[in-house]
Amino acid sequence: MICEGSEVILSVRDLTSDVDGIQILKGLNLEVKAGEIHAIMGPNGSGKSTFSKVLAGHPDYVVTGGEVTYLGQNLLELEAEDRSRSGIFLAFQYPIEIPGVSNLDFLRVAYNSKRKFAGLDELDTFDFEDLVQQKLDVVQMNPAFLDRSVNEGFSGGEKKRNEILQMALLEPKLAILDETDSGLDIDALRIVSAGVNQLTTPDNAVVLITHYQRLLDYIVPDYVHVMEGGRIVTTGGKELALELEERGYTWIREEEVAAR
Amino acid sequence: MIELSTVSEVGNVGLSNKGDRALYLQELLNLRVPLQDSLIGLQVMRDRATARVQELAIPSTREEAWRFADLTPLLHAELQPVDVHPTLGFPHIKPFIVAEAVSSRLVFVNGIYDPALSAVDSLPDGVLVTNLATAVAFKQLSPHLAQQPGAEEVFTTLNTASFTDGALIWVDKDQVVDIPIQILYVSTATQPAIAHPRCLVIAQPGSKFTLIEEFVALHEGIYFTNSVTEIVISESAEVNHTRVQQDSSEAFHIGKTVATQAQNSRYTCNAISLGGKLSRHNLEVYQIGEQTDTVLNGLTMITGDQVSDTHSAIAFTKPHSTSHQIHKCIVDDHAHAIFNGRVVVPKAAQLTNAGQLSKTLLLSPKARVDTKPQLEIVADNVKCSHGATVSQLDNDEVFYLQSRGIDEVRSRQLLTYAFAYEVIDQIPVASLKDRLSAIARPPQP
Repeated sequence: MICEGSEVILSVRDLTSDVDGIQILKGLNLEVKAGEIHAIMGPNGSGKSTFSKVLAGHPDYVVTGGEVTYLGQNLLELEAEDRSRSGIFLAFQYPIEIPGVSNLDFLRVAYNSKRKFAGLDELDTFDFEDLVQQKLDVVQMNPAFLDRSVNEGFSGGEKKRNEILQMALLEPKLAILDETDSGLDIDALRIVSAGVNQLTTPDNAVVLITHYQRLLDYIVPDYVHVMEGGRIVTTGGKELALELEERGYTWIREEEVAAR
Repeated sequence: MIELSTVSEVGNVGLSNKGDRALYLQELLNLRVPLQDSLIGLQVMRDRATARVQELAIPSTREEAWRFADLTPLLHAELQPVDVHPTLGFPHIKPFIVAEAVSSRLVFVNGIYDPALSAVDSLPDGVLVTNLATAVAFKQLSPHLAQQPGAEEVFTTLNTASFTDGALIWVDKDQVVDIPIQILYVSTATQPAIAHPRCLVIAQPGSKFTLIEEFVALHEGIYFTNSVTEIVISESAEVNHTRVQQDSSEAFHIGKTVATQAQNSRYTCNAISLGGKLSRHNLEVYQIGEQTDTVLNGLTMITGDQVSDTHSAIAFTKPHSTSHQIHKCIVDDHAHAIFNGRVVVPKAAQLTNAGQLSKTLLLSPKARVDTKPQLEIVADNVKCSHGATVSQLDNDEVFYLQSRGIDEVRSRQLLTYAFAYEVIDQIPVASLKDRLSAIARPPQP
């Protein structure tokens, strides 16, 4: 929801970034305010996933220029773990499996790491289990998944639900969902989307990276951005996604060329 | 019979110090003690092995099988006769006792059987777990003891010429033992002694049981463990064997595990190598019947300047058999891991299905691994695969954990643990699995 005068959570100015010496982001600008849902679409290779990893602090993605301000502070100075503890959450397109580490332990370590950073007491095992039980409902997850190793043997849909469970626990100020809809069947898509909608408040913001308009039927964006060649080239409302679905990306390229 | 061991002649040993290497082996022989009266029936076998040792020498790196495991430091260890009277109490060994085997265990201290620390009172009839000196009158043993292929290999022969007692596990026909049997070899490491642990396992047809062998040290110290475990698996028997080598990080450990499998049998070996300055595990499996199944899970975790070598070999001889092997190494600091995985499939072993995978995680720029599959396949209608990966931790995986607020150091520790856990998870005894997990797992912050 767009609210005039609400807090600016993220401000990105002329961001450029390299991966393995190749420039991927080429002057990206974006402003995200509290309460807003932003969708970022664009063809393969336009830099969407790179942008999400740069925001979350992946060490292999080198920022070569521009600035990123998160809640008034320079985000680029923070290590990935501190960005997470400060309220940035990235839901992965391909969550990794960690054999031997129970999902419950993993969630507790992550949760307590954030509490500790905020100067709060860590939750003990029992209190934490109570908290997790409540959060399981958000993604309609079977409690049996808590005792299993992190993501090990989870189906694609279960992995994505597990990502949203982590989001529910960590209560991020800024959630970036990187192709969370990929690999989901219709039912799982509904559950995951409903989970995200429940977690959306006027105080936080969501950036959705997706290829498909379908997700946006469930999570309705306030803004739709189109990325192309490492920059955001067009921004519109939710109807832009429908137009893209119908017409593809070529016309945007043409309009952009014409505008120059 | 296919011969899997490398049996070297003195003439093949590196010329420069061949004399020294032969001489040193004789010195090791001189450190042994005479057989006690109850074992005098083994004297002929011992004399034969002694004569054989006198023709051999400690292998040099010029021999292919020892190319990466340089035994020169062993030549400089001034070993002494074993301390035959260590006084240990139960509290000393308690940390190593597997809870599930609390009264199905044998304990050997510096290679010597300790009846006070052993307990075998909860085993059913038809299951004999005892020391060889008590059981050797048992006529049925002579066709098995030191009769397995590969008995001529230098360190195996040295053990045969030197052991003064050992463990015996005999499980009668169709006996299914529902508690694990633990053999604990404790080194006090109070002196640079040499010990020759010996273990003979006989699984009669249709029997099924779990065996745990553990080599542990009470202290850091220099010593030499030269062990031999012989496992005879009869038709349709199943043996699940977990071998944990946690010797002192200054110790030398050379261990032989040899299993012979008859038709329809299944052998699983979970071999965990953590200790030793220089350690070697020779794991040899001879399938002598059709439709036999062999599963080998290996994990080597080493750091500092440890060298750990696993040479495994599986010989198929009959059709319709399988093997499944995974060997993982985690190598930190300056350590050096070696894996050589041999699989022999002769013409007669059609329809064999053999898979081997070697995966190594290098945690430091100076860590080293030499890994080599060695498939010798003559049969033409078989499915044999092998693969080897050597990698560092994946940055994307580390980033995943960091993005959940876990700092980089701990993220790396957790991922390393996860790599090890895949093998530890195969151990069928919960308390041992937990104990090894705790070793591999980073401490809670």
